[in-house]
Amino acid sequence: MSDDIVIDVHGLTKSYGGRMVVDHFDLQVPRGAIYGFLGPNGSGKTTTIRMVCGLLKPESGDGRVLGFDVLNDSLRIKERVGYMTQKFSLYEDLSIRENLDFIARLYGLDDRAARVDKALADLGLVERQGQVAGKLSGGWKQRLALAACMIHEPQLLLLDEPTAGVDPKARRDFWDQIRRYSAQGVTTLVSTHYMDEAVQCDSIAYIAYGKKLLDAPTAEIPKQINLACWSIEGRPLQAAQQMLEGAPGVDLVARFGASIHACGRDPALLEKAVLKVKEAQPHVSIQRIDAGFEEIFIYLMSGSTDNFQ
Amino acid sequence: MKLPSFSGFFDISWARVFAVFLKELVQMRRDRPTFAIMIAMPVMQLVLFGYAINTDPRHLPAVVEMREDGPLTRAFLASLRASSFVNIIAATPRADEADAMLRSGRANFLISIPEGFERRLVRGERPQILIAADASDPVAAGGALGAIQAVADQAFATEFQGPLAFLARAPPPYELVIHRRYNPAGATAFNIVPALLGVILTMTMVMITSIALTRETERGTMENLLATPVRPIEVMIGKTTPYIGVGAVQVAIVLIVATFLFQIPFTGSFAAFLAAVTLFIFANLMLGYLISTLARTQMQAMQMTFFVFLPSILLSGFMFPFSAMPQWAQVIGESIPITHFLRIVREIVLKGAGFPDIVTDLWQLALILVVLAAMALMRFRRTLD
Repeated sequence: MSDDIVIDVHGLTKSYGGRMVVDHFDLQVPRGAIYGFLGPNGSGKTTTIRMVCGLLKPESGDGRVLGFDVLNDSLRIKERVGYMTQKFSLYEDLSIRENLDFIARLYGLDDRAARVDKALADLGLVERQGQVAGKLSGGWKQRLALAACMIHEPQLLLLDEPTAGVDPKARRDFWDQIRRYSAQGVTTLVSTHYMDEAVQCDSIAYIAYGKKLLDAPTAEIPKQINLACWSIEGRPLQAAQQMLEGAPGVDLVARFGASIHACGRDPALLEKAVLKVKEAQPHVSIQRIDAGFEEIFIYLMSGSTDNFQ
Repeated sequence: MKLPSFSGFFDISWARVFAVFLKELVQMRRDRPTFAIMIAMPVMQLVLFGYAINTDPRHLPAVVEMREDGPLTRAFLASLRASSFVNIIAATPRADEADAMLRSGRANFLISIPEGFERRLVRGERPQILIAADASDPVAAGGALGAIQAVADQAFATEFQGPLAFLARAPPPYELVIHRRYNPAGATAFNIVPALLGVILTMTMVMITSIALTRETERGTMENLLATPVRPIEVMIGKTTPYIGVGAVQVAIVLIVATFLFQIPFTGSFAAFLAAVTLFIFANLMLGYLISTLARTQMQAMQMTFFVFLPSILLSGFMFPFSAMPQWAQVIGESIPITHFLRIVREIVLKGAGFPDIVTDLWQLALILVVLAAMALMRFRRTLD
């Protein structure tokens, strides 16, 4: 296998109580990439990440992570992967420094004190190192969790919704940090619900109902989705929005500042629906626009049941 | 003047109460293991303890030291065998062998028939039959000692016929001499206090360890722990070791209190005691650890711990004589660590036993420890499956 493919898994499958949670999932992530992992809640993102890092055993499928067999070599994988859980899972009754020190010991690191100092400095936790983790705010907990999963200098970072419930400033800082790691050659697979984060990824895999529906470089996604869009402005906007919601051909209605964007996969049907609104509300102006990332990600993350190819 | 209004206090919305009640009911039903324990526990315990506990001890194991082997003594032995009070496990002419059986706890009674018993009986010299009871468990000893006179009378009655009919008179032509060994005063504290050490250790060791690991699962820290290269056995050793220290402190406290407050003499081998107590603490830690691999929440761990406590107290010989329990209850008792520890600690502290006397219980305790540790390790999930 190629040295440049860090995650190379095929046909990963997992079910709980007869319900297929992840269904024949394939993924190839090249070295140094920031790979975005998108999908509605309950689509199987967490389960997939756990299978990749050896926390869950796949029922079928195989593959290699960092060159090690996912099924039989999970201990070696664990040694080289940094996994950040969705829920804060460090010890709330230990201080920041004690938590980092504990993790460093589990990985059997040498120069422990120096590494902990460096991790604290890298993430701006030096002044707070004596503070008990349970008392930290969401943003600081997230920094601590990132510091903990970077302490053994992993080659691969698996981040499961790392910025959920974190304020925008802290989220920006977090992503700056991820890009710095990426520049150093660290590969990242990150699941997220935020489109401003998705846009920052090099590539995106989109999963819904356990199936991967889309996997492409971020820049190519608008082309692949091929979403038709119209912008509607003027008054009364609320009435127009109500007419569009649920209308045939309209897959997405969203407010963008003073206008509504209505998008759909079938341009003809969509046009019909928009023209109907114009008819009913002659004071609004309509205009065909190109679908941007934002429309596409809202569309993706709204958990559409469409099976696009 | 305005009186303060209490109406807000009594203004209960039964609809809201019902809402909370319904929610609680649904949650209770969702928590399957807890629900199962709530239903199964009382049933199991009623059946288990209702049948097993018997404060009217019968079938107590006895050893007969036969210094004479004549027709009368053999008939006496046969009657004892037929009696439901004692259960003759051995008859031997050797005094040291019979003594060892009493000290090691295999026999609760030693019935000793002296040399020349028959000859002196026929001559009307009222020879003595010595009955030594292991009074380290006063409950067991008391019940059976009361019955033994009747058993002896009955045993000889059938023999005192024909040419020996003249012996069938009152008072009987022999004398029963009863010795309470190891705890001559029959003081209950002597029996209870050393045994309490076992109960205290079981309670704290099992509960603390079962909760310690379950907490990791409940708080989600287990996911992080499993994502690191740490091995199950490393977690097990690391998590249980601190509690060995806790156990050691408890042992010291109980020993000091027993010595200075209850004046209980420590007569046996201290080295044997240390070996037993160490094994026992380890076995309890493993039991707690096993529970923590089964329970998903701390609440469940707590309930399972209580599931261990009750048999530990009721079926171990702590409260009721072990040998008076039915066979199946004894089997359950034999499989819990405290049963063996209780025997060992009573033998050492009260009967002055050393390693040779406790070796059987010691290796049984070790066996339980190995089985528990193996089960705990197998149950420990290396993954989140």
